[in-house]
Amino acid sequence: MFEATEINRKNLTRQKLFRLLLGGMTASLILPVALIMGTLIIKGAPVISFDFLFTSPTNGMTEGGIFPALLGTILLVLVALLASVPLGVAAAIYLSEYAPDNWFTRAINLAIINLAGVPSIVHALFGLGAFVLFFRFGTSILAASLTLAVMTLPVVIVATRESLQAVPMAFREACWNMGATRWQTIRRIVLPNAVTGILTGVILEVSRTAGETAPIMFTGAVFFLPFLPQGVFDQTMALSLHLFVVSTQVPEMPEAVPYGVALVLIGMVLLMNSASIALRMYLRGKKKW
Amino acid sequence: MVDGKTVKEDASLVTDGTNQSPIKLGVENLSIHYETGPALENVTLDIREHEIFGIIGPANAGKTSFLKAINRMDMFNPEMKIDGKITFDGTDISKVRNVYGLRSRIGVVFPLPVGLPLSVYDNVALAPRLAGLKNKAELNVIVERCLTRAALWDEVKDRLDSLGSMLSGGQQQRLTIARALSQDPDLLMLDEFSIAVDPVTTMRIEDVLKELKSEMTIILVTNLVQQARRLADRTAFFLDGECVEISVTEDLFTGEVGDQRTRDYVEGRFG
Repeated sequence: MFEATEINRKNLTRQKLFRLLLGGMTASLILPVALIMGTLIIKGAPVISFDFLFTSPTNGMTEGGIFPALLGTILLVLVALLASVPLGVAAAIYLSEYAPDNWFTRAINLAIINLAGVPSIVHALFGLGAFVLFFRFGTSILAASLTLAVMTLPVVIVATRESLQAVPMAFREACWNMGATRWQTIRRIVLPNAVTGILTGVILEVSRTAGETAPIMFTGAVFFLPFLPQGVFDQTMALSLHLFVVSTQVPEMPEAVPYGVALVLIGMVLLMNSASIALRMYLRGKKKW
Repeated sequence: MVDGKTVKEDASLVTDGTNQSPIKLGVENLSIHYETGPALENVTLDIREHEIFGIIGPANAGKTSFLKAINRMDMFNPEMKIDGKITFDGTDISKVRNVYGLRSRIGVVFPLPVGLPLSVYDNVALAPRLAGLKNKAELNVIVERCLTRAALWDEVKDRLDSLGSMLSGGQQQRLTIARALSQDPDLLMLDEFSIAVDPVTTMRIEDVLKELKSEMTIILVTNLVQQARRLADRTAFFLDGECVEISVTEDLFTGEVGDQRTRDYVEGRFG
């Protein structure tokens, strides 16, 4: 009664074929990640030790640790976050909750999208011109972090705006009808329910900020410093630039060191990401509709 | 029916043209336009204190726009243009500076229940808090009173901390009513509140409304003609942005109607 016809069999074969094809392509995505992580761990793990993480490089950087670079990257990311998160979140709230839909708002939106598409080397030159020279911050942590902040602002704005817009309109209307002002509505209903999405944006920003090399090369990061930065107007070493230096600029570099630096950089980003993801899951578990 | 009758007999408030109670809401030549076209044209009517004023009519009749205009929600929607005059207790609402004060005297219940993603307690305490009340004991009293009056207290009194948005649909709608009552409004506007609510809950809410009538004015927009018949003292019939008829509710069903379309609608011949 239910014997397969010619067409049935053909459809079934095709279905199997495409399932295999799509599944295989998905699986192949994991391959580069696995290869990168595998290589880094196998080749880089042996050099990683307490001393490697917490001492300064010595002997033309072929010996000693990477502490100044590690500290520098953390500082750069933190200062960049301090600048871009308040600015980006505020702009996103305005765009999502207050801005009327007119040509000016649309122009700002277009500008944000374009800002996201600007290559990082262009940001680097902008940072050099604006922060290092015009504002006279010199090549410093402040100038480098602000350059990174400008570069990652679109990520924060777009992620925040989207998570604000994911909060149902009915919630806002219910509040407005009660006599709440826009700000009361934002403060009590919209923001608490958008926090998880905003965190996602911040996570993405951290990952990108920590790994960027070009924007900081001209604005605040240096190959080598014999001392640790004492404030935001000092120059600093950074992991990403340090990786570039040890893998291309230093003769007779032990082969394991660049792998170790890369492993630390990736490990740091993964660590920050997983902390934020854990926080996000905790918050999401508390809020539901 | 029986209820309708008793209301008619006991209330001096009623609506047979000899109604003596003052006008709560006066509407003169009200028109509402959106960019896509008109939603309501040239509506004139008076709603008196302590009456339940029903509004019936098919979709796109302008019923919801009418409620939005009363609550000045055009402020949040630049596409919405309001012409004409609405007075609340004699004051022209288009000239009210503090629209937040106006809105806080008007409670609104929506077609789909909106449990805000706050605890049950915080949902009901929100409006008093927005108005600046911080005293915990006073808030407790308000929350219990409003939930009780919305016929929800017994079901949620042991879980005031759980999320309002996770209650069942019928409970959320009663929560919405409790929230509207927490503003201590003079005017309660319900927009097709029974769409997403089971019949038993609908009946419970209808009983609540009959009791509330002694304290406030109620505008009941409803998709159920029989609900208007059960509750409303007077009813207006809106059709395609026009207010076709306003009369004592029972007259729509059994008495003289001014327009044949009204009778056709209440008897289910279209709509």
